[in-house]
This record gives sequence, structure tokens and C-alpha cells, in this order.
Amino acid sequence: MCLSVPSKVVEIHDDATVTVDTLGVKRRVSCHLISDPLAIGDFVLIHIGFVMNKIDHNDAQESLDLYRQIVTAMQLESEQ
Amino acid sequence: MMTLNDFYQGFRDPQTIGHLATLIAQQAAKTNQQINIMEVCGGHTHTIMKYGLLQLLPTNIRFIHGPGCPVCVMPKERIDHAATLASQADTILVTLGDMIRVPGSMGSLAQFRSRGCDIRPIYDPLDTLVIAQDNPHKTVIFFAIGFETSAPMTAALLAQAEALHIDNLLFHINHVLVPPAIDAVMSDSRAQVNAFIGPAHVSVISGSKIYQSTVDKYQTPVVVSGFEPVDVMESILRIVTQKVAGKAELDNQYSRSVSYEGNLAAQQLVDKYFMVRDSFRWRGLGPIAKSALTLRPEYHHRDAERIYAKILPTAEIDDHKACMCGDILRGLANPKECKVFGRGCSPQTPLGSCMVSSEGACNAYYRYGEVINAN
Ligand code: SF4
Ligand code: SF4
Repeated sequence: MCLSVPSKVVEIHDDATVTVDTLGVKRRVSCHLISDPLAIGDFVLIHIGFVMNKIDHNDAQESLDLYRQIVTAMQLESEQ
Repeated sequence: MMTLNDFYQGFRDPQTIGHLATLIAQQAAKTNQQINIMEVCGGHTHTIMKYGLLQLLPTNIRFIHGPGCPVCVMPKERIDHAATLASQADTILVTLGDMIRVPGSMGSLAQFRSRGCDIRPIYDPLDTLVIAQDNPHKTVIFFAIGFETSAPMTAALLAQAEALHIDNLLFHINHVLVPPAIDAVMSDSRAQVNAFIGPAHVSVISGSKIYQSTVDKYQTPVVVSGFEPVDVMESILRIVTQKVAGKAELDNQYSRSVSYEGNLAAQQLVDKYFMVRDSFRWRGLGPIAKSALTLRPEYHHRDAERIYAKILPTAEIDDHKACMCGDILRGLANPKECKVFGRGCSPQTPLGSCMVSSEGACNAYYRYGEVINAN
């Protein structure tokens, strides 16, 4: 029941809620549990109607870069 | 800038999954030990099944499904509590998702609803506030379930109810904790687990620190992992690498949102309203000391379990004799070993909770059975 889903902040409201986009589905969620301010474009984790935390873009990007390196390295290896 | 789609794609990329599988196989070939990884949480069980990850792994790596689903671990007597509360006059019982389909000893909440009780499933706890405000002459009871991940949301609901003086809102608290459940599994002499994948969302709230004691006490690696297939494969690689090196460390694969300390604001909120309960009986696992939360004395005026203590049933009720959920939650049996799996027990007519919850192990085996049989 508590699969948390990455979503993107698309609108900020003044009642401690934001609208997020989860792969095309938009909904309004509560910011009561997060102390840092949110900006439009932030990636966040949503759990039952609440923002739980931000997702660090740089860190996500680093992981994806690492995976790309693995893919490239292994392709080179198999070509040799 | 990265779009949400790029983000998902990157963590679901089949080529990356395939290459990680090769790296895992290379590492695993360096050891002849059997690596039994418990994925504590049903969310991981489903990723493993849905993306067919089992077929990609060498035979000395085995998965054991743990007790990490609040629906699976809810004992029947607690569901009977909910049904009893919902049967009171002028009462509305509110709860999350799958909970209403779990069988209690008198039936499921869905059955009670069809008999006329006002029971409302919701997806967002704060919807309960609106229900309470719209029904000032009724008592609204929030049947709260979930692990460390969900407790702060209940706390936020309680905080709002207090601030807005919504006095007709009560709580029945069933929030459970992951580390004591791990202890219960490991303290069984038959336990076969020698590594853990920890659910990222629990640690988004509580930090990776909650597993330090597991690592120290049982000398098992724990990797906190995200839920995408690439996340899970990377976590397996990290576990196997530790095993080959003879290490047992706490590691965090989901550093993009999990820190060692976790979300402190959420932890403070939980602390303000809740304290640890002396003992809680888990479905399949029995009573586990200090494994759940209860309201602090300052909030007893909101505690439905106390207010209705006289009418709530107290008998402890175990599952159907044929049901092996207990062994499944401990990692001692596989759903397919259950004699009624797929016959007497299916998602349409579940006998035990592991089949009811969409994240339960039996449900996953039922839904993705063909993927598994192909293994
Ligand atoms: S309810 Fe949450 S913690 Fe439990 S199994 Fe599902 S996703 Fe995991
Ligand atoms: S198949 Fe059904 S009865 Fe058997 S262990 Fe799973 S939930 Fe219990």
C-alpha cells in the first residue's frame, strides 16, 4: 500500500500544498512533512498524499551516469 | 533538465539491468556460499517479480520475502476491532487501500460495508479531516496502518485535528516498526537470511541508521534500496560484493533521497504524538516486543482503542489452519508450498493476508506465476 512514487512539482499553492505530476497524472499533495522549501521542477517522493522528501537531481544523475558507463564498458568488452 | 520520464527510463533500462546481471554473476562466481537475501518490503517483491529479475540471477542467490507489508502483518483481531468500531451507531470508519479486503474473524471490512456500515477507503489521510468536518454529528475513526513511512502522515492528520479542534475524529493506531520485525525473523533458530534489502521509503523517513543494529548484531549486509528494477539490481550487486569480500556493512543505494539521519521533521512529528507500544501481535509472527506505536497519554482523548476498550474483542485469532503466511513472512516457506495456493486461496477469495495485499508474497506469486515458473 505504501509504494512511494517519484513525481515532479508543477505548481505551488499557499496552503502548504503543491500540485505534482506523476507521469502525466496531476494531483495536489501536502507539504506538512518537509521542512525545505520546494520549487517548481523539483522531484519529490509522494506517499499517501504527502511529500516525504526531495529527490536529489545530482545524485540521481550520478547514478544514471554510472549505469551508462557500465553499459559502455561492457559493450566494449564484448566487442573485443 | 531531466524530465520525469528520463528519470524513470534510466532506472528501468533493460540494457542496464542485463549488464548489472552479468556483474552480479561474475561476483557470485567467486564464492560458493549461498546468499539468501530478504527483501523486507512487498514493494521490492513486486519489482523482482514484475521485471522477472529472478531469472537473471545466479542460482546461489535466493530471495526470501519478508514481513514488510502492513496489510499482510495485521492480525485478525485488529480487523475485528475495526469492524466492531464501524458497527457502532453514527460512526464512520476511514482506512487506507487494501485494508478493507483483509478477512477478520467476523468477515472483512468490505463485507461489513455491504451490511450497511459506513466504511470509507481513502488514499490520502487528510481526506479524513473533510469527512469529519462534513459529518459533525458522527464519530469518525481513522484506522491507521503502515510502517515508519506512514506514521508521520497519521501524525500530521492528528496535528491538524488538534489545531482545527475537530473533536469528532478518533484514531485506532496500528503503526508497526521494521527493525523489531527483522529481529523476530533473525532470532528464530531456523532463520536462513544472510543479507537484507531495506525499503527506501521507510528510510526516507527514518534514515538508513535504523538498520545499523541489524548489521552489527547479525553480521549481515543491509542495503537500503529504491524500487526501480535497476535500483534493485544495483543493491544485489552491492550485497554480493560485500559477501565475496567477507564484509557486513550498512549501505545506501538510494542516496538520491535517503540519508543516514532521515527526515528529521517527520521523525519529530511522530515523536510528539506517538510512543512505542510494549508489544504488538503480528499476523503470522506472533507478539513482538516494542514493535509498534501507540498514542502518547496527552492524546488519549483521541484513542479509539482506549475509548471503546469495553466493547473491543480481546481474543487473539490465528489464520486458517492451512494458511502458511507465518512461515512465508519468516522466509521459511514459499507461497507455492501452501496447499491451498491458487485453489482455496486466490486474490478473489483470499484465505490469508499474503494473498489479499497487492504487495503480499502470495499475491505476487499468483499474479506473476508464469514468470516464476519459467525460472
Ligand atoms: S506497504 Fe509499504 S512497506 Fe509495506 S510492503 Fe507495501 S510498499 Fe513495502
Ligand atoms: S496461499 Fe493463501 S492460505 Fe496459503 S499462505 Fe498464502 S495467503 Fe495463506
